[in-house]
Formats: sequence, structure tokens, C-alpha cells
Amino acid sequence: MFQIKCPYCGNREMTEYTYGGEANLSRPTRLESEDSLALTSYLFSRTNKRGIHLERWFHVFGCRKWFNVARNTITNEIVETYLPNEQPQVVEQTKE
Amino acid sequence: MYRFSAASLLRNAFSGHKNWPQQFQSVEPKQKYQAVIVGGGGHGLSAAYHLAKEFGITNIAVIEKGWIGGGNTGRNTAMVRSNYLQQHSVNLYDASIKMWETMSNELNYNVMFSQRGLLHLAHSVSDMQEIGRRAHAINMFGADAELLTPQQVKKWLPNINLNCRFPILGALLQRRGAVARHDAMAWGYARGATELGVDLIQNCEVTGFEINNGEIKCVHTTKGRIKTDTVGIAVSGHSSHLAEMAGFRLPIETVPLQALVTEPLKPVLNCAVISASIHAYVSQSDKGELVIGGGTDPYVAYANRGAFEEIETMMTAVKELFPNYSRLRIMRQWAGMVDLTPDRSPIISKTPIKNMYMDGGWGTGGFKTSPIGGLLMAEMMATDQVPVLAAPFALSRFESGKLIDEGAASSVAH
Repeated sequence: MFQIKCPYCGNREMTEYTYGGEANLSRPTRLESEDSLALTSYLFSRTNKRGIHLERWFHVFGCRKWFNVARNTITNEIVETYLPNEQPQVVEQTKE
Repeated sequence: MYRFSAASLLRNAFSGHKNWPQQFQSVEPKQKYQAVIVGGGGHGLSAAYHLAKEFGITNIAVIEKGWIGGGNTGRNTAMVRSNYLQQHSVNLYDASIKMWETMSNELNYNVMFSQRGLLHLAHSVSDMQEIGRRAHAINMFGADAELLTPQQVKKWLPNINLNCRFPILGALLQRRGAVARHDAMAWGYARGATELGVDLIQNCEVTGFEINNGEIKCVHTTKGRIKTDTVGIAVSGHSSHLAEMAGFRLPIETVPLQALVTEPLKPVLNCAVISASIHAYVSQSDKGELVIGGGTDPYVAYANRGAFEEIETMMTAVKELFPNYSRLRIMRQWAGMVDLTPDRSPIISKTPIKNMYMDGGWGTGGFKTSPIGGLLMAEMMATDQVPVLAAPFALSRFESGKLIDEGAASSVAH
């Protein structure tokens, strides 16, 4: 069990949240989606990062708001939580 | 190779079991191989064995980061079944069961394959509809499935609590469903492959690929650079990681899946039981331990240990189904990293890199398909042709939209 710091409510147990998958996936525009690769990539391809992973979480048993998390997928350490319109301070530094 | 037989067992019994020879060796890599297989688990070893045996290519290296069978091959609950919904899947998984049925003879190695039957429990009307539909599909595609009433379930499982929190309304039975000894499968293939001249290289991690004009040339490892004509990737839990090294992305997310064993008991359970709805599966090993598994963690992780809530959920479910297990102590718990695809079906495919093939994305059900997955990848590596069984599972299905949805039949909600 680990804790996640909701930007609105503070530190809470992970079980209060649900996982919302990789962050920063943007749906192709209608024109772009005629290129099937862009659509495939949006729908299915994932970074699946081994290391610092940027992802979305939903505080389902709390404020019921979405926010973003930078989490180390090897240790489950929460590096940072931030609002969807913000940029994370840590991006791409560690690997193993 | 040392042949196992009743006579050899007797002979070694008289000499106090002190003279059994080593079954396979780990060697240092040569500079060049005709084929390199990344991943020394069931799928990789099976691929090496079949490549050497059926396709006559023996100049092969199997590169394993840890030790043979030490990844998910040694971390699963060892169930073998083919009760899937879609035709392509039933064909694929049933072909694997058929290979399991002859594996001990084929490898002259006892993999303790035991077709004791497998029950998939239904707890609601929609569960009943789902297993009903699936039973008809399975029978139509030539594998075996039967629907049981609660009274018949009680005959199979005298200890079961039919009136649990979500009462049992029926079950899907596959009589050919089985459990096997997972280590024996890995060791048997490793032994068979080394006998045919395959090099097993353990404690050797792949660090990169050398790709020229979109064609694989070399594999960089912690034990040096290895030239090769063709590469097969069979690395559950690290497929995306290796794909990233080769420069392409996969439709895969990696999550931990946990299992645990209780202290050993006298025989109490003579088949394998799965309940996808309340979420647990359990079988009894030949040592007497109950092998219990549950759901995956709900987020991407490579942590090699699962979340405690998942253990709590699966233990609650098992206790509800079998109240007489409630006092058992848990001896060991572990997690394996599983590569989930969006449609819960595997990827057995060519990759965007020429002469690089992959057998992965098996999600929570890779153990049972080690024989067929390896065989299909071996055929691709030897001939560059995609076998009929593997064709529907190509990477291109995510672009064409011809997904093979096995969300319900994968038995693990995720």
C-alpha cells in the first residue's frame, strides 16, 4: 500500500483512488484520424514506462477530481502530483 | 543425454540418488549465432527446442537475464486450459493442450501434467449467460466444455459453500483442463534444447539492439556483443522495455499479478477452480499446498511485488467459497509482471524490425501456452512465414481493428 498526495485533499491511501492510465494522450483530430496509425497509437500504444511514469488518477472516494501523478513504476514511489494543466517538474531522469 | 526410465530410477535409488547427472549447463556466449532468443522462460526455451528439433537450426543462443525459468515461468499458478470464447483463441490454446498431453514423453522429462478438470464458477445470471455462450462456442470449435448445475458442482467440490455471498448458480467444466509442474516444463525444454546443441546463457541481460536499414544485426548484452541473423523475443513483463530498445511501441501495459501458497494439506481439492466474478482461483499442488491466485494490481508497475489489497480480496473470495480453508497459514506470496494487451490476447507476430519476432503479451495466461507459443515463434524465425495459428494474433490487428476479445475468458479481471 502506498499513499498518493491529492493536490486538493492531501495524502490519502491508494485505495481511495482509481487509476486512469497514461497521461497526456491526446485524441487525434478528425483529419488526423484518417491516418490509421495516429488512431492506433492513441487507442492502444502505450509508453508502459519502466521508471518515472506520468499517469492520471481519480480521487473516487474523496473530492472526485482528476489529477496527474509522476510515479516510479519500479518502486511505486510517488515523485510528484500535479494538476492536468501543469507541467511536472521531474520528467525523464531515471531509468533503472 | 541421460534417459529417465523406471530402470534408471531403480538404479539411482540403490546408489542413494547421489549419481544423477546435471541436466543442462549454462555457457558463455559465442560471437555469432544463427538465431538469438531473448528470454529463458517457457516460451523462449520452447522456441529454442522446436527451432532445433523441427527446423534444424541448432546454432542458437537463449539469453536470460536471471536464471532459467526464474521469471513468470516460476511465478504462475500452473493451470492449463483452453476454455476461451473466440475461434482463433480456442484453436491456439487447444493446440497447446495437445502439446502438453504428449510433452512428458516428447522430452523424456516428467512435467507432472495432470488433467484433473477445471471448473469456472458462475455467480449471477449474467455469469451463467457468459459461460453458456462460451461452452457452446468451445464445443463448436472442437475443444471440450460442459455446463454443470450447482448439485453437480457440489459433487466435484464437496467442500464448497454453494450459498456464499454471491451464490453459485453453475459452472463451466473443462475436463481436459489441467495443472502441471511449471519448473519441470522449463527444465525439460532447457534439457532438450541443450541436448540438440542450443547454448543457454544465464545472468546475461540484453542492453540494446544493433539495427541496420530496419534489419536486426546484433544484440548487445552484459556479456558482450552477439551477431545474429534473427532474434525472437519472449520476455513477459519486459516486452515494452525491449521494444523501446528496438525503437517501436507496443499496445501493452505491464501490471503485477500475485499468487500465494498455503501450508501443505492432505488432498482436499481434486480439480482446479476459477471464479472470475468474486475473483480467485485455486488448485492443490502435488506437494499438498493450495495454490491461490487473484487479480492484477490496477496500475502499471514493475515492482515485482503486488498490492496488499489484492491479497485481501482474493483471500476473502477463497474463504467465502471454501470456509474450511480459513485457518490455513500462508507460506509464500509472490508477484509476476504480466504484459496485458487491450484485447487480452497475445501478440505472436513479426515486428517492425526485419528478422525480429515476438511471442508475448500473453497477459495472465502465458504459462499454458509455452509449448505452442514457442513452436509458432520458431516457425517464424526459421521460415519468416507466419503460421496459420499465429496469423490472427499479429501486431497489425490493432491497426486493422480485428481484435480478439478475451476479456471474459481470461479469468482475471483487469
